[in-house]
Amino acid sequence: MNDLAAVTVFVLNGREVAVTSPGIARLADVLRDELALTGTKIGCNAGDCGACTVLLDGHQVCACLTPVGQVAGRAVTTVEGLDRNGALAPLQRSFHKHMGAQCGICTPGMLMAAADLLARVPRPDEAQVLAALGGVLCRCTGYRKIIDAVLDAANDVALVPMPATGTALGARAPKWDGVAKLTGAERFGADVIPRDALWLRVVRSPHARARFVLGDLEPVMRSHPGLARILTARDVPSNGYGIYPDIKDQPVLAESIVRYRGEAVIALVGDRATIESIADETLPIRYEVEAPVTGIDAAMRADAPLVHADRPGNLLIEGRVRHGDPQVAFAGCAAIAEGTFETSLVEHAYLEPEAGYARRIGDRIEIHVTTQTPYMDRDEVALVMGLTPTQVRIVPTACGGGFGGKLDLSVQPLVAVAAWLIDRPVACIYTRPESMMATTKRHPARIHARFGADAQGLLQAVEVDALVNTGAYASWGPTVANRVPVHAMGPYFVAHVHTRGRAILTNEPVAGAFRGFGVPQAAIAHETMMDDLAERLHIDRLEIRRRNALRVGHVTATGQKLEASCGLVACLDALAPHWTQAMRAAGHHNVAQAHTRRGVGIGCMWYGIGNTAMSNPSSMRVAVMRDGTITFYNGCADIGQGTSTTMLQVVADAVGLPMAIFRTVTSDTDLTLDAGKSSASRQAFVSGKAAELAGRALRANVLAAAGATEPATIDLSNGRLTVRDARDRHVVDLSLLAPDAQGHVLVGTGRFDPPTTPLDADGQGIPYATYGFAAQLAEVEVDIELGTTRVLRVVAAHDVGRALNPQQVEGQIHGGIAQGLGLALMEEYIAGRTENLHDYLIPSIGDVPPIETILIEDREPLGPGGAKGVGEPALIPTPPAILGAIRHATGIRSTFVPVLPHRLRAALTKAGRPD
Amino acid sequence: MGFYFRPARLDVALDALRERALTIVAGGTDFYPAHVGRPLCEDIMDITAVPELRGIEERAEHWRFGAATTWSELIHASLPPLFDGLVLAAREVGGHQIQNAGTLCGNVCNASPAADGVPALLALDARVELCSARGVVIVPLEDFVLGSRSTRRAPDQLVTSLIVPKPAGRSLGHFLKLGSRKYLVISIVMASAVIEVDAANRVASARVAVGACSPVARRLPALEAALIGLETGGNLGSVVAAEHLSPLAPIDDVRGSADYRRDVALTVLRRLLDAIGTRA
Repeated sequence: MNDLAAVTVFVLNGREVAVTSPGIARLADVLRDELALTGTKIGCNAGDCGACTVLLDGHQVCACLTPVGQVAGRAVTTVEGLDRNGALAPLQRSFHKHMGAQCGICTPGMLMAAADLLARVPRPDEAQVLAALGGVLCRCTGYRKIIDAVLDAANDVALVPMPATGTALGARAPKWDGVAKLTGAERFGADVIPRDALWLRVVRSPHARARFVLGDLEPVMRSHPGLARILTARDVPSNGYGIYPDIKDQPVLAESIVRYRGEAVIALVGDRATIESIADETLPIRYEVEAPVTGIDAAMRADAPLVHADRPGNLLIEGRVRHGDPQVAFAGCAAIAEGTFETSLVEHAYLEPEAGYARRIGDRIEIHVTTQTPYMDRDEVALVMGLTPTQVRIVPTACGGGFGGKLDLSVQPLVAVAAWLIDRPVACIYTRPESMMATTKRHPARIHARFGADAQGLLQAVEVDALVNTGAYASWGPTVANRVPVHAMGPYFVAHVHTRGRAILTNEPVAGAFRGFGVPQAAIAHETMMDDLAERLHIDRLEIRRRNALRVGHVTATGQKLEASCGLVACLDALAPHWTQAMRAAGHHNVAQAHTRRGVGIGCMWYGIGNTAMSNPSSMRVAVMRDGTITFYNGCADIGQGTSTTMLQVVADAVGLPMAIFRTVTSDTDLTLDAGKSSASRQAFVSGKAAELAGRALRANVLAAAGATEPATIDLSNGRLTVRDARDRHVVDLSLLAPDAQGHVLVGTGRFDPPTTPLDADGQGIPYATYGFAAQLAEVEVDIELGTTRVLRVVAAHDVGRALNPQQVEGQIHGGIAQGLGLALMEEYIAGRTENLHDYLIPSIGDVPPIETILIEDREPLGPGGAKGVGEPALIPTPPAILGAIRHATGIRSTFVPVLPHRLRAALTKAGRPD
Repeated sequence: MGFYFRPARLDVALDALRERALTIVAGGTDFYPAHVGRPLCEDIMDITAVPELRGIEERAEHWRFGAATTWSELIHASLPPLFDGLVLAAREVGGHQIQNAGTLCGNVCNASPAADGVPALLALDARVELCSARGVVIVPLEDFVLGSRSTRRAPDQLVTSLIVPKPAGRSLGHFLKLGSRKYLVISIVMASAVIEVDAANRVASARVAVGACSPVARRLPALEAALIGLETGGNLGSVVAAEHLSPLAPIDDVRGSADYRRDVALTVLRRLLDAIGTRA
């Protein structure tokens, strides 16, 4: 009866295969580990995300829930089996055309679910698409482009060609790395692990605050021959890391104290079966549990225990902006609004858990990992290992979503230390619960705001005091505490401003970077203030924002005069007809309906692009090789946002060659220059500018080598470099040029550091070189009896300076809106309770409404082609727009998110509107 | 890894259960999620290859749903309006992936308080057929599920089918689920009803059950009694009263508060009965 030696035979992508994994093994694991088909992705191993969807006899199933014994004699189709004799299938072409993939981690699952539907219903309607794809979660796209792609699949669309010379910047160029994401060829963190690697499993604290003693680990080693080593804090040469040069407060492995549930205590390294089979409870770790410091209030009490001995009052940092005298100005206001707003812990929920491996090569360590920040990873790993940065190489894999969560170290230092000590490749993949428990979150915030306006609604004075719960370690807490005061008055001109942000340490999950760095939380406060003032002063909500909108020539609360690219008024003007129409439609609905009420809300935002008041340069390089090819060395980590495409669009036009002929090398710390982090919406603006400068430099070098002058056209084909100018046609004989060590004969490099200045003690200075602006409206329907909210439509107007690729900008906006919707209505992480994707809810394909995007292009003179960023701006206005719409529908002014049904229903009942 | 056994005959399966304790797996949709990051070391019996456990059959007195019947097989079967509630419940179980693999019986045996199938099966007055080498026992579903994650199945018994008796008169069912998102959501509250309608379009009998508001989904006898004799139409829900919820014992959890559940259970029941009355 025991089938341990049994063979399971089935048909895989049209060919018979025989596998020897035990019958209970998950089909997903068998496909990936035994058959080396890594196109099927594992996001949760629990059937919650659908990333592993495959077809079994033509029907979609989760490969993570299918015993391989059940597929005996049946047909399994994976993403690798979708193509038609090596050519993309119509469904894949349609995904490519519509940019249905961003990071690509959910794409195989989406494609297989869609393939199941299309085999039965070749021309489905939208409802059928939603139902068929409802079992696959996506965190990047907001689903709308996926829906479009499936609806268009039957039309046998052609592949969109790459733009021609000189037309790339601003074109809807197809995703450069898009095809690989549609065939299963793309390799993410878990897809690159060599077969001979040892595996590492982190043993994590089940307690939020405890002291612990490690007993003798030798007996554990002796009783498990499959263990190669147990890592403890003593194995880490310099056991502290952190984002800030002066705050290295987080240990790789805890040293006698744990400060949050999920903190790494020790790491087991060995063969995979062994490390997975050792139960945590059997290990000699003796915890003395202490009462955790939970919540901002408890942490700020005078007698609160300290989370870190060197942080009195559990205060990590305070940032402030002081401009003018609000106290005096409030006295003259016609209306004053005031309120306190709270937000919850929010999980990034990228569908790719942290994964990677390290190997030692002589006196160097090489780490292949999913990351948003290869260069910072390099420097941090070097620091904890006591190596020089040149001894560390980070080779980013494809990144299955980041949103800020992959800006902090996860597996990197652990696998690096283990591989260094054992001198074997060592790999680690976080489980979904581990990913949720151990890694950073969005800061819960409590924001007190007071806004005063004159009778015309013009803001006179603003005071904001923001407390953010930064959890157990600093991470990006200082960034949030500094960014919030700069943005907390909203995208409005105000002469008198006092704002403050404080980050408070607690024994809760580490709060770090998450799309917007605290500004989404602040926007809930400032936009509710604007709605309050509009109500008091009987001014239309859009109109009051328009009156106050920052414009060119205004001086911000940090004393910065805005010189260009302030498109908020244009955004609001573009929204205005939609606003009028939506208000009318809501009113019409509410006359007829009893238990549902509709409402319309508006949210505005501004967002400083790049790091706050700090240098954050990017460098790029592009080179002609001796063999007549051209290589673009792109240091941006593409986390799905599309920098592999947009940077190339910029550089191609700057050089004057067509995109299609470029070879690309993407973010490898040994090969590319430092393009900084994929964070702070900075890549399009900062790295894009560096790419533009690199392209121009190469062009100048090419022209010089040819003896040509502008205006000129360059041709690089068949290994020949030819330049045509007004006078002549010049052929550059590449074989006569001396190559450098990498074989480059002509090189262009570019570096850009946005001009900023440090902020003084009152927050005065130039924190950012440019700002993104946006206004969004949301229409919602609230079921009064149930307290449920359905978002019916969002219209999003964004000033992006210049859309380097309008399709990608739309994709960013859609994805940001979906995450904003989640923040407003459903996402609330509770340690120990929601460490999976069925208790922690992110929006599904049925929750994201149709989205209309309006791109305003108020050019930023510093940016490449006029571009600035959009990644974070996309999310920020959505929650306040939804809250405003709920308020318009019901009269309920929410002060806590998420507005879960039970909270809204309780508020309705309290307000005397139960039915 | 443990031992994996996939018998092709019922008697072989029952013999195996007599010999040793085995974890029974069908769709795997509850088994694997309980093993995230943990080794698969239990001894497993996979029942999906046993022919007697497959398929939906109409017999003289009842309908029989084999233990390996998936949600999708139920959705695509040709069934009378009696089963409309169960089919609606099936469509709310996970995504299509889960519906294609997960089974009705597995949902019952897993005994989650939020099991999507249980309220509808209670409203259908379903019975659970248990087989062992000792013989066959049939127990009402209400008696089978003892509590959260607890059933009456003995280690040597296999649930072989669910049995739904045929009602005497014209009957129809309905189901409503309330969750915080559209797809892949665990219920905050759900309710299902089956009513039998007489020749004068009055409710001849009614069964109504509510899930996710007590450790096991519960029928509401007082509400069922109050429905008898009422004329069908869009107003059946008006009979629902707070005291009808007395069998329920909702709790506070991440999905909603106990008070909220009690409150919206009334609304869900009213809408459920209004809808079923309209269709009748």
